[in-house]
Amino acid sequence: MAMAIKASLLLLVFLSSAIVSFSLYEDQVGLMDWHQRYIGKVKHAVFHTQKAGRKRVIVSTEENVVASLDLRHGEIFWRHVLGTNDAIDGVEIALGKCRNHLHYMWCSAISGYVITLSSQGSTLRAWNLPDGQMVWETSLHSAQISKSLLSVPINLKVDKDYPILAFGGGYLHAVSAIDGERVLQPPESSIIYVLGFLHSSEAVVYQIDSKTGEVVAEKSMVFPDGFSGAVSSVSSDKIVVLDSTRSILVTIGFLDGDISFQKTPVSDLVEDSGNAEILSPLLSNMVAVKVNRRTIFVRVGGEGKLEVVDSLSDETAMSVSLPVADDQVAFASAHHEGSKIQLMVKLVDDLETVLLRESIEMDQHRGRVDKVFINNYIKTDMSNGFRALIVMEDHSLLLLQQGAIVWSREEGLASVTDVTTAELPVEKDGVSVAKVEHTLVDWLKGHMLKLKGSLLLASPEDVAAIQEMRMKSSGRSKLTRDHNGFRKLFIALTRAGKLFALHTGDGRIVWSMLLNSPSKSEACERPSGISLYQWQVPHHHAMDENPSVLVVGRCGSDSSAPGVLSFVDVYTGKEISSSDIGHSVVRVMPLPFTDSTEQRLHLIADTEGHVHLYPKTSEALSIFQREFQNVYWYTVEGDDGIIRGHGMKSSCAGETADEYCFTTKELWTVVFPSESEKIISTLTRKPNEVVHTQAKVNTDQDLLYKYVSRNLLFVATVSPKGAGEIGSVTPEESALVVYLIDTITGRILHRLSHQGCQGPVHAVFSENWVVYHYFNLRAHKYEVTVVEIYDQSRAENKNVWKLVLGKHNLTAPISSYSRPEMFTKSQSYFFAQSVKTIAVTSTAKGITSKQLLIGTIGDQILALDKRFVDPRRTLNPSQAEKEEGIIPLTDSLPIIPQSYITHSLKVEGLRGIVTAPAKLESTTHVFAYGVDLFYTRLAPSKTYDSLADDFSYALLLITIVALVAAIYITWVISEKKELSEKWR
Amino acid sequence: MAKLTPFFFLSFLIISSSLAFQSDEFGLEGAQQQTPTTRKRYSDPDSDSKVQFSLEHAFGDSDFSPAGTFSARLKSWSHGGKTLTKLRFSRNGFSDEEKDTFKNLLKGDDFYRIRLPSNVISPPGKEFVVASVRARCLPRDGLDEHFVIHMEGANILALSYGSLGACQYPRQFKLPAKWSFNSHTILKSSEQAPRTPIFTEEILGGENAEGEVDPPPERSFWAKYWMYLIPLGLVVMNAVTQATNMAEEQTGGQTGGSQVQQSARRR
Repeated sequence: MAMAIKASLLLLVFLSSAIVSFSLYEDQVGLMDWHQRYIGKVKHAVFHTQKAGRKRVIVSTEENVVASLDLRHGEIFWRHVLGTNDAIDGVEIALGKCRNHLHYMWCSAISGYVITLSSQGSTLRAWNLPDGQMVWETSLHSAQISKSLLSVPINLKVDKDYPILAFGGGYLHAVSAIDGERVLQPPESSIIYVLGFLHSSEAVVYQIDSKTGEVVAEKSMVFPDGFSGAVSSVSSDKIVVLDSTRSILVTIGFLDGDISFQKTPVSDLVEDSGNAEILSPLLSNMVAVKVNRRTIFVRVGGEGKLEVVDSLSDETAMSVSLPVADDQVAFASAHHEGSKIQLMVKLVDDLETVLLRESIEMDQHRGRVDKVFINNYIKTDMSNGFRALIVMEDHSLLLLQQGAIVWSREEGLASVTDVTTAELPVEKDGVSVAKVEHTLVDWLKGHMLKLKGSLLLASPEDVAAIQEMRMKSSGRSKLTRDHNGFRKLFIALTRAGKLFALHTGDGRIVWSMLLNSPSKSEACERPSGISLYQWQVPHHHAMDENPSVLVVGRCGSDSSAPGVLSFVDVYTGKEISSSDIGHSVVRVMPLPFTDSTEQRLHLIADTEGHVHLYPKTSEALSIFQREFQNVYWYTVEGDDGIIRGHGMKSSCAGETADEYCFTTKELWTVVFPSESEKIISTLTRKPNEVVHTQAKVNTDQDLLYKYVSRNLLFVATVSPKGAGEIGSVTPEESALVVYLIDTITGRILHRLSHQGCQGPVHAVFSENWVVYHYFNLRAHKYEVTVVEIYDQSRAENKNVWKLVLGKHNLTAPISSYSRPEMFTKSQSYFFAQSVKTIAVTSTAKGITSKQLLIGTIGDQILALDKRFVDPRRTLNPSQAEKEEGIIPLTDSLPIIPQSYITHSLKVEGLRGIVTAPAKLESTTHVFAYGVDLFYTRLAPSKTYDSLADDFSYALLLITIVALVAAIYITWVISEKKELSEKWR
Repeated sequence: MAKLTPFFFLSFLIISSSLAFQSDEFGLEGAQQQTPTTRKRYSDPDSDSKVQFSLEHAFGDSDFSPAGTFSARLKSWSHGGKTLTKLRFSRNGFSDEEKDTFKNLLKGDDFYRIRLPSNVISPPGKEFVVASVRARCLPRDGLDEHFVIHMEGANILALSYGSLGACQYPRQFKLPAKWSFNSHTILKSSEQAPRTPIFTEEILGGENAEGEVDPPPERSFWAKYWMYLIPLGLVVMNAVTQATNMAEEQTGGQTGGSQVQQSARRR
C-alpha cells in the first residue's frame, strides 16, 4: 500500500514537473522570498499577566484580527483573521472551564478563554487562550443593527460559571462561558440594569432579572434635545452623554430604575467652548471631554454635579481605568511634548497623585498617540509598576515600560493601499557599502561545501552551513543597485497615510515617513493618502537627481475635499515638497511625457470637469501644449452606469488665472441601461507594460497581429439583481456582459454576454488579452474566460516581398479614428477556486512567457501559465500545435499544488498582488499585500538567462584544470610513443 | 425534456434574430432593405410597432441640432424582450450655414459630434449617447460616415461613428468634392458566450483516442533532411574548389612565378 502511494506520488511529481516545471525545494524556501505577519491597528487590548506562565496581551484590530501577543517581545503567539464582514466589537478574557479535580475546584487562569463578539453583536466566539483554538461559537439572534457591547462581569457568578453578557441587534444575551450555551438557570437572582436609548432622544432603563431574563421593570423618559451618541459610563448608576448640539453634557442617573437628567452646558466648564467630544469611555466617576483641542477632566459628583478637575492642552489619549491596589483606580494618559511622549498614570480620585510620569523619546514619523492601554504589575519593592501599550497615529503598536520602548510593531503595514517600486542608488566607486566579507580561503571553503552538497557528500552540519551561507549570500540586502535588478524598493502607502520603503532582499523597512499636511492647518488636519505614482525616475539623463514618488492625498473623506500633493525622495525618505493644491482630486493620470529632469507629467482631474497639469513649470506646459490635441481621458460613473470620454478644450483662463488648468469637453458616452446592467468592474492595461512582439506565429506558419492598444478599457456589467451575493438570484435573472471599449473614440470593440452568470468579476489585462473570473450559476462553478484581440488591418503584411520593398503599413501611425478591423478569440474554462485578486507577471522586455498570479480564497497565490488559458487550445491538437506548446483542451484549469508560489505560507487577508520587472529578463518581482506581506522572485520560464545561485564554480574550475592536465599528460604520452616509434 | 424544448426554441429565436440585425447593413442612397427570410416565420405571434428617433449633431462646441431620423420597427417578443429591426435612416444634408461651420471644423481639425437618445421608445431615456470624430476623417469624395449602434433591447448602449475606412494620421485638410452623405449603419446586439464545454468522457477515453490521432503528413525528403544536406553540399563544394585549385597549382607551377603567387592568394 505504501509502495502504491509512493509510486502514485512519484508519478504525480513527475507529471506536474512535466507540465509546469515550477516549484520549490524545501531548502530554497526563504532564499528569495520573505513573509511578514501583521495584525492591523489595535482596537481593544486585554492583558493577561496573572500568575506564572507567559505574559500576553489579547488584541482585536480593525483588520478583524484577534491575536495573542507575547508581552515580552511582541511576537504573535496566535492570531485569527475573521472575514471582512466580521468586524470585532469586543474582546474579553473569561475564565474557562473550572475543573472539579480531586474534590477541589480550580479555575485555571492559563486555560482561560478569549471571548470575542463580532458581526454587530451577532456572533460570539470563545478561543482557547494558550493556543488560540476555537472552543465554541454561538450565533446570537439579532433584530436590527445597533451598537454592540460585550461584558464579562466578575461579580456575577452562576454555578461554577461566569456568564458573559453580550448585547447586539436589540437583544441582551447571557451566555455561559463553558460551552456557549445560553444561561437559563442561575441559582441566585440578581437584577441587571440596562440603559438604552430609543430614537436617540429617549432614555429607557430596564431591570432584568438575571435568573429568568425577564424584564422586571421598565421606565423611559424623553429628552427633548436628543443625544449625539457618545456615552461615557461614569459609575454603576450614572452615565454622561452629549446632547445633539454637542454643547451640553447630560448626566443620566438611573438609580433603582429611576431616570434623572441633569444638564450642564460645556460653556459653564470652560470659557472657549465649541463642539465637545467625549473621549475614552469607562472612566470611573470622571469624564474626559475634548473641547477645542483641549482635554478636560470632569468629575461627576454625587448629585450629578460636574466640576472641572484638570485640563490638558494638547491632544491626549486616555486609557480606561484600571483598579490598582487598596481600592484605588488609576488611568493613564499620553500626550506629545515636542519629540517626546509624556505618559502619566494618575489616580482617579486624586488627580494630584501621579503614580507614574515617564517621557519617552519617540520617532517623529509615528505621529500622535491614538490609544493607550495600561496594565499594572507589582515590582519587587511591592510598589506598583505600569506597562502601557500604545497605538500611534501611524497604527504602530508599542509597549512602554520603565521609560523605554520594549518592543514595537509596524502595524500600519497591515493596511497597505497602494504600492509602487523604486530603484536603489547606484554603487559609487570606492564607496562600497558591502564590507569585504570574503577572503580567498573563505571563498574556496564555501565552494568546497557547495561541491560537497552537489555531490551528495555533505553531512547534516554541512547542509546547515550551506543553507546559512545561502541565506546570507552575496549581500542580498545591500542598499545599492545590483546588476540583475534583484534589489529594489517597494514603496507602500498605508491607510494611515504613512509611506514605507521595503527592501526586496529581506523585507526590512529602509525608511518610513508619515505624510504631514503641508501647512498643518485646521482645514487639513490629517490627509489620507489615496494613491502613489512614480514622479521622477532618472535613467537616461538627470542621473544625479534622486528618484521621487508622488503621493496624492485628500483632506477629508468625500471626493470633493481638496487634495494634497507630496513629493518624497526615494533614496532618503524625506519629503522634498508638498502642497495644498486647492482643488479636488477625482483621477490622476500619468502622461507618457517627461521633462528634461525626467519628471513625469501628470494630469489631475477635479470634480468640476477641469484638469490640472503637474509639475507646474513652463517646460511641462510647453510639452503638454505640443500634445494638447492628442490627450484624451475618460470617467466612469459607476452609480449611473455611464462612461464618458473627454478631450481637451482650452485653458481655463476665462475662469481662473491658472494657466496650468484646462477645460475639457465631452466626446463620447456609453450609457448602460439601468434596468439591465450595472458596472461592477473596470480595468485597463498597466501603462508601463512592455510588449516584445506584436505578432504571433500560428502553427500553419500564419501570422496574427496582436491588437496592442493602450487605450482599451475592460468593463464588466451584471444585471442589477445579480449584483448581490452569489446564489441570490436564479440563472435566468442574472447575466454578465463584458465589453472592451476604446477610450479615445468610445467604440465598443468587443461585447460578450454570459447568460446565467454573476460577479464578482476579477480580471487581468495584459498585452492583447483579458482574463476574467466570475461565477456560472447554471454550472454552479466558477469560470475563467480569456479574450484575445487580434488586428486584421495589418494582416496583409505577411508577404515578405512587401516587407522587403517597404510596402507595408507597419510603421505608419495608427489612428483611433480609423475603423478598427479586429477579431477576438475567446474560450472559457471552469476554475475550482474562488478568487480574491488576479495579477500577471511582467518582465523587463516582455519576452518571457507570462504567468497568471491568482490570489485564491485561501489567501495563497497560485501561478498559472498563460498557456492554460489560451483560446487556441483544442481537444486534439495536431503534432505541430503540440510542438508549439498548445495544451489539449480540458474543461477546467488545473490547480497544481506545487505551483503555489506562497508554498506553505498564507498571506492573510490578501488584497492585492503587484508585479515589477527585474533587470534580468527572466525574472519578475512579486509582492502581495493584505494583513500580511509576502514577496518572492519568480521566473515564469525558469532562469534561462543566468546561472543558478548555487552553481558550483569550483566544480567547473576543477573540471577545466583536470581537462588541461589530461591534455598535457596525453600529449606527453603520445610524444613518447612517437619517439619510440621513430627509434624502431 | 418538455421544458427544454421551448428554451431551445427561444434561444434559436434570439440567435436568428441577432443574426438578422447584423445583416441589416445598407447604404442610404436607394439601397433597399434586405429582409432576411428566416425571421418572417417567427414574427407572426409578436407585435410590431414603428419607432422614430432623431440623430442630432454639433460642430465643435456648438449646441446639438437635428441631423436626421432613424425609423425602425420595434418587435416585442412573447418572452418580454424588445428588439429593433428594419432600421432606416434619412440624413438631412448640410445647409449652407452648416457647410461653413463644417469647413471651419476641417480647418481647425476639431470634432464633429453626434448623439442619439439612449432609449428609442421614450427618448431621450436616461441620457444621450454621444459619439464624435475628428472632422477631417469624414471627407472622401462625399462625406463618408459609418454608424455602429450597439443595442440592448430598446436601449442604445453606445454609438461608434467614423468614416468607413482608415483615417490617416497626420490628418490632411481636404474639402469634400460633393456635400452629400454616404451613410452606412449597423445594428449590433451582444453576442452570447459559448457554453463552457464539458467533456468528462473524452478525458477518460483519452488514452484510446491517442492511438486514433492521424499520423502527421509525410514530409518531403528535402524537408526532412535539409539540415544534413546543406553541410554536405558545402563540403562537396569546398572539396571541388580545392581540387580545381590543386590542378591549377600544378599547371601554374610549370608556367611561371606570378601565377603561383596568385593562386596562393586565392587559397
